Amino acid sequence: MAHHDDPSYPADPLYQAREPIHPKAIHGRFRRFKDLVLLLAYGVFFLLPWVRWERSVGPDQAVMFDIPSRRYYLFDLVIHPQDMFLLAGFLILAAWLLFFVTGLVGRAFCGYFCFQTLWTDVFMKVEALVQGDRNKRMRLEKQPWNGEKIAKKGITVAIWTLIAFWTGFTFTSYWADAPQLFVNFFTLEAVGAAYITTGILTATTLLAAGFAREQVCIYMCPYARFQSVMFDKETLLVSYDAGRGEGEAGRQPLHKGLMTLEERHAQGVGDCIDCNLCVQVCPTGIDIRDGLQLECISCGLCIDACDQIMTKRGWPTGLIRYASEQELETGEKPNLLKFRTIGYGLATIAATVLLLYGIFARAPADISVEQVRQPLFTMLASGDIQNNYNVKINNKLQEPLAFDLTVVGLPDARVSVVGDFESLELPADGSRKYLVHVRAPSDAQVDRREIQFILTEENGLVEPLEHDASFVFR
Amino acid sequence: MSQPENKKGQVETTGHVWDGDLREYNNPLPRWWLWAFYVTIVFSVVYWILYPAWPYGDSYTKGINTVEYTVEGEDGEEKTVSEHWNTRALFTRDMQSSPSALAQKEWVGKVENMSFEEIEQDPDTLQFAMSMGNYTFGDYCAACHGAGGQGKIGLFPNLADNAWLYGSSYETIVNKINNGIQGMMPAQNVPEDTIDDLAKYVLSLSGNAEISGEAASRGKQAFASCAGCHGAEGKGNEAMGAPNLADAIWGVADVPGCGDDTACKVDEIKHVVNNGIQRQMPAFGDRLTETQARMLAIYVRQMGGN
Repeated sequence: MAHHDDPSYPADPLYQAREPIHPKAIHGRFRRFKDLVLLLAYGVFFLLPWVRWERSVGPDQAVMFDIPSRRYYLFDLVIHPQDMFLLAGFLILAAWLLFFVTGLVGRAFCGYFCFQTLWTDVFMKVEALVQGDRNKRMRLEKQPWNGEKIAKKGITVAIWTLIAFWTGFTFTSYWADAPQLFVNFFTLEAVGAAYITTGILTATTLLAAGFAREQVCIYMCPYARFQSVMFDKETLLVSYDAGRGEGEAGRQPLHKGLMTLEERHAQGVGDCIDCNLCVQVCPTGIDIRDGLQLECISCGLCIDACDQIMTKRGWPTGLIRYASEQELETGEKPNLLKFRTIGYGLATIAATVLLLYGIFARAPADISVEQVRQPLFTMLASGDIQNNYNVKINNKLQEPLAFDLTVVGLPDARVSVVGDFESLELPADGSRKYLVHVRAPSDAQVDRREIQFILTEENGLVEPLEHDASFVFR
Repeated sequence: MSQPENKKGQVETTGHVWDGDLREYNNPLPRWWLWAFYVTIVFSVVYWILYPAWPYGDSYTKGINTVEYTVEGEDGEEKTVSEHWNTRALFTRDMQSSPSALAQKEWVGKVENMSFEEIEQDPDTLQFAMSMGNYTFGDYCAACHGAGGQGKIGLFPNLADNAWLYGSSYETIVNKINNGIQGMMPAQNVPEDTIDDLAKYVLSLSGNAEISGEAASRGKQAFASCAGCHGAEGKGNEAMGAPNLADAIWGVADVPGCGDDTACKVDEIKHVVNNGIQRQMPAFGDRLTETQARMLAIYVRQMGGN
């Protein structure tokens, strides 16, 4: 319903209805780069769950986030709940990397790597395939709903839904054994969470990449709001060289007397021929010639468009190009080794080193010793004192371990494990709790002694594990 | 009431004018609000159909959503009950068929089919039996014996030490859990002039007092009437639950509580000898399943160790 015709509706609506953007397809180096990234990202995302990886314990899937068993499997790296801080490390690294890249080349993340960009890009390709390029799509948009429009729009949405569904299903298969999930899913035997997750992902993908598109970037995305604070005068941005394009008398379309650069320059007219191709190819539908805008996702397609026109005319390319604000003002090339870049760079390197250190320095096994507190101590028939301890051992390795237990700090202590186990055995990637009795002759000198539990792996597979505890006499 | 002029594009008003120029907008409700309202209506209708909702007379609409679970009837046969949706039935079903309930069943099945020796040798089964035993202990035993089995001197035996009045084998413990215990020592008629010596003699068995000469022989003589149960050397008798008087553990007479005060220790023992002991533990056989009793026995037995 057109609100504009309704007199009872506020003259200034709070929300403006979205006007569909139909970007024109373009060829060029940035388009090629985008396609490359797209191929890589889609390849990794869609194929990774299907890569098999033999493990002695756990699923034979290269990448799997196993919630029920509380393990994240990444090839040979198995993340246990205790190592969850690595996730924080990874997020910190991702943040610094984003800052570093943004400080250097602006919103490159938005233009080439962001999921929203990648999926919207594919959805637009589908649109172009079914409905034709910009002009045909715009005509179809204006056309009343007839058989052709219903068929074309219907096929488009159907393909979108298929892609969205497969996206959702692929995401879900990272959290379960993919081939098994595939079978269970379509025989309706998978768990409810699988259907809910796939359903939500399908719906949001369809909505975000099919219908909301640039609105996600402009209104919903938090990065759009704060990435600009990482810019400075030397940050490389997709920029329109207004000095060259506008000249002194502004931009002028090609017409008689303004066909060559010499003619134009003689009349003070700029190089921009106002062909609007840069506007037509923009996925967020902006005019880069209006200067730096929040809506610009730095995808560089307008550069491709402009370069194409300039090449056709035989004029130098780069009227729209990656250039810093400073370069446009003074012609000075940006200094890549500026303080901000070095800072972000160092932070990125530091985060990477810390993350790698965190991964390689993970404890292969850990123990906790918890004294049984009720009762703290017991007098035995012999007059000796007994304290009990719950010793819990986690084995994070993919092979079984066997530990010898010794207790130091207590003279004449006798240690026995419930079940009379000689060694504390642990299955690969498993944990066990042992109840340990420690007995010592009554000591009139002290109420308690600090003792230490030492677990030595029998085959020397891990460093000895130590844990402090205390022994209570009375 | 005058109709204010309404230029095109202006918001419609109710037509009321107060104070000459105050007008009230006549905005419709926001569309999202209206739709949300419709959705709640649809939701409630679906809810009425699925779940118990409307009361009538002394009953209520049951809804078509049901919960199924199995119960054991009076004849011992299992039958499936299908009830209208309610959280109590959900809970019952969860206790029978949730993943954790199934896992528990599997482990209980393992314990059922293994001997005590086999359980002891398998760390995982032992761990399961110990923790199940721990919970059973909390439910049935802790009220008297204390949460950690430490007991209460004079009232309830300490289960966390390594002395077993009736024997330490698993079979004995299961037997005692199932059938209960009647603990009894008759009050003794020890003459006034020898009871002090008897008490000191008993103390000397565990090294708590030194006694020599005539007093010692008087005490030993008087102990003859105790030896029937506690044995000639006071080492006790598991067959009747008579405690070992020669070890460091005191279950009834609070000898350790007296510290170095020998007179106090003597009084404690005299009191027990003169008044006897009446203790009883109820039978739990009809409250615990066989497997529960077995796991409880393992837990209790291992709490103190050998």
